[in-house]
Amino acid sequence: MYAIPFLICFPLFVALLLGIAGKGKAGNVITIGGAGVIMLSSVAFFTYCAMNGFKSMELFYETELADRLILAGEILLMILVTVKCFIHKRYWISLLSIIPTGMIAYVEFTGEHEQIAHIYVDRLSALMCLIVGIIGSLIIIYAVGYMDGYHAHHKDIMDRRYYFFLLLFVFMGAMYGFVLSSSLIWLDFFWELTSVCSFMLIGYTRLEEAVTNSFRALWMNLFGGLALAIGIVYYYYTVGDLSFRKFIEEGVAGNPFSVIPITLMAFAALTKAAQLPFSPWLLGAMVAPTPSSALLHSATMVKAGVYVLIRLSPAFQDAATGNLTTTGTMISLIGGFTFCVASVMAIAQADAKRVLALSTVSNLGLMVACAGVGTPETIWACIFLMIFHAVSKALLFLDVGATENSLFSRDIENMHGLLIRLPRLAIFMFIGIAGMFLAPFGMLISKWSALRAMVDEKNMLTLIFIVFGSATTSFYWSKWMGKIIAHVNLDSTMPVKDVTKKSELFSLWIEAVMMILLCILFPFLSKVYVDPLLNDMFNSNGEVLPMSILYMLVIIITFVFAIPLITSAYSKHIASNMKMSYMGGINTGTNHNFVDSFGEPKKLFLTNYYFATRIGVRKLMLPSQIVTSAILLLMGCIIFGGAL
Amino acid sequence: MNTVITKILWALAYLIFAPLIGGLLEGMDRKISARMQRRVGPPLLQPFYDVGKLLHKQTISVTKSQSFLMLSYLFFMMITGVMFFIGTDILMCMFVLSTAAMFLYFAATVTSSPYSTIGASRELIQIMAYEPAVLLTCVGFYVVRKTFEVGSIIKADDSAIRYLPGVFVAFVFVLTIKMRKSPFDISTSHHPNQEVIKGVTAELGAKNLAYFQITEWYENVILMGIIGLFIINRNPISIPIAIVVVLAVYFLEILIDNCSARMKYTKMLFLAWTVTLIASGCNIWLLMMILGD
Repeated sequence: MYAIPFLICFPLFVALLLGIAGKGKAGNVITIGGAGVIMLSSVAFFTYCAMNGFKSMELFYETELADRLILAGEILLMILVTVKCFIHKRYWISLLSIIPTGMIAYVEFTGEHEQIAHIYVDRLSALMCLIVGIIGSLIIIYAVGYMDGYHAHHKDIMDRRYYFFLLLFVFMGAMYGFVLSSSLIWLDFFWELTSVCSFMLIGYTRLEEAVTNSFRALWMNLFGGLALAIGIVYYYYTVGDLSFRKFIEEGVAGNPFSVIPITLMAFAALTKAAQLPFSPWLLGAMVAPTPSSALLHSATMVKAGVYVLIRLSPAFQDAATGNLTTTGTMISLIGGFTFCVASVMAIAQADAKRVLALSTVSNLGLMVACAGVGTPETIWACIFLMIFHAVSKALLFLDVGATENSLFSRDIENMHGLLIRLPRLAIFMFIGIAGMFLAPFGMLISKWSALRAMVDEKNMLTLIFIVFGSATTSFYWSKWMGKIIAHVNLDSTMPVKDVTKKSELFSLWIEAVMMILLCILFPFLSKVYVDPLLNDMFNSNGEVLPMSILYMLVIIITFVFAIPLITSAYSKHIASNMKMSYMGGINTGTNHNFVDSFGEPKKLFLTNYYFATRIGVRKLMLPSQIVTSAILLLMGCIIFGGAL
Repeated sequence: MNTVITKILWALAYLIFAPLIGGLLEGMDRKISARMQRRVGPPLLQPFYDVGKLLHKQTISVTKSQSFLMLSYLFFMMITGVMFFIGTDILMCMFVLSTAAMFLYFAATVTSSPYSTIGASRELIQIMAYEPAVLLTCVGFYVVRKTFEVGSIIKADDSAIRYLPGVFVAFVFVLTIKMRKSPFDISTSHHPNQEVIKGVTAELGAKNLAYFQITEWYENVILMGIIGLFIINRNPISIPIAIVVVLAVYFLEILIDNCSARMKYTKMLFLAWTVTLIASGCNIWLLMMILGD
């Protein structure tokens, strides 16, 4: 199996190539070519796994050289972080890199190592590879066109786009490495590598705000990395093994020594998935150019946290009693709380990217809550949420980026009548948003499954969070949709030129089509892929979702696509008498002006509700951080006290 | 095979009779309201005359897409009702219902008319206010009956309301919001001469307004169906009891409607969510404790 080293190393190789010869036009060619190869190879890899019937594979027992390289990489990362921290006078953050690297290096140098498989491929990792490969390379292809427009508007920012592409490729390699590794040491390295990539990308513009935000992201992610490293070292010295698979098996079997490492690893996953109290790093990360927000901070990197939780989830069920462990309760509680609070905060945002960021945090919260409960139903919901979220968020981020380049604004209020002004982009945006919350897109059926599972698990608090969170989620999405479709008089608005580049459109098209295909094929996907995945994971067999509900979904899906088509065809034949909108008799002859008290025409301006002073981030973030920190501390004490 | 035919019959029955029942309920509503205000009131069949007349008028609209969105609203409501009355998953029904509601919002906001847009925004707040209670109602049924299937819920030995009094209270409470009745007629306002000029429906004229009316009838029948679901069990006597309860609830809504003034949206949101949390949330939570393994 040389496919796996290729998947991990090829993006790194492209990055190297960009570093050497990436300036100017050559960089664009290398980037698009590299992304194309990555996409094809990930599809090929997935097909290969499919032809093998997705048999789990444990590979690469002898990895002397790779081990050394990874250790060297880890030390290099530490040096890089330390230097950056000292340049920007944030000395203490470097400790968060030095300590875990030191610990891991110590284990590596002194410890006795059993032969373990370093790579593990199963349905879950193959799926992650496919998501990362397709979505990731689409985003990179988009980035080539986007950075043109970006630097045309932002003359004050130094054009280092080859460096930007380079980091995206390094990240791709790291992400592949992360989802395929089965060695805890490797896992830790790739984990840190994604954190550092994210840090460098956030700081890309070198503006003061960007630097501040990038260091916030860095320390929060490294803090999680520290927890991960402590967990690994603790596990190594108590159980004496470094295999991720064994690690989970010990957890499932109820080994008392694996309670603390699993809790620490789950905690690390919380920081990566930007759950409260660590959400601010993801909000700050939005200062980076849009492709990096789409790739790292919504579609893939933050999913690494969810991926780890899915892997750990069988261990959240107590082996002896079959109840949820305290760790599982803690994770699902934090996830549910984040889902609810982040969606409330999203209501108060008018900046499209901030809405997307908060909705990412919120949806990750739902996934984390599902993973924390750790039953087949919730993991089913979690995996579908992950797939749908990756596609629709990538589409939305890329579309908001393209809209911003044409509209010079990403304020949702300025998107009034976008359907008429930038029809293509508006339709993509509409599809993306519909994918996030309307029936019958996967988000909703996942919510259905999650609700049912929470009742079965008698998890009342998380249930309440999901119920209220989904009400607030619909609110902020639908008010955005309403803005897009609103009617405008063309002559009144400033003419807008759609400057979307070909490479951007290419990505947008594919993602929009994928979104719709996923919606149609999803019952099939559940049956042939996700059900077997869960059966492997929980050693069970059977269907997670009753077939009746899947059939019903197919029927609903048909209607959802048919009804608007039929009604719009029919309504074309309705003769209608067009009138001005009602303004109490003070119209001026157009729909966008009215007569004010001086008898002058005044421009009509319509805005949505935001309640910014009541439920804005400033108002809610700190209290919710305090609450969640308290939960983490309290439950952490209970878990550690019980285990030590 | 027999069950399939019964299901088709139920679906047809709903499609044909729901507007009739909904219309009659509205006629009754107007009559009783009038009597409460010491007026004679319109004839019982007045809603049908009104809709009939609206359907024969020339369509007036601000943008062409209004008709298409209103028709979609109508069809999605029909699908929800069919799904509910043939006995499928109630939670899924509610999800499709919320998609239907979205089309009404679109039809109102697409006009960019000031009153219609304000009404639409307020409609969204109303949706946000009632959604948790509606979802928790479905959850409540699941806790008691271990299934979301309407067909199985009604086959139980006793009435669900015995276990779900709190959920019932919360559902009746948000019903006022869902039916846009005073004090929660925030998005429409009862009369055209009030602050939002009938809000969401401000720009709906002639046929479009008729679609709105018919959809409301369909919707009210679904909502009353859910009320009935609290009562109906395998004992046939429960059916007349359910009808009495439904009528009583409808009367209660009319009464509330007539003796209260419109609230501010903040107060509505606060009240609706508090009632949902306390009545519905605690009810379900206790039930989970008691029914535990």
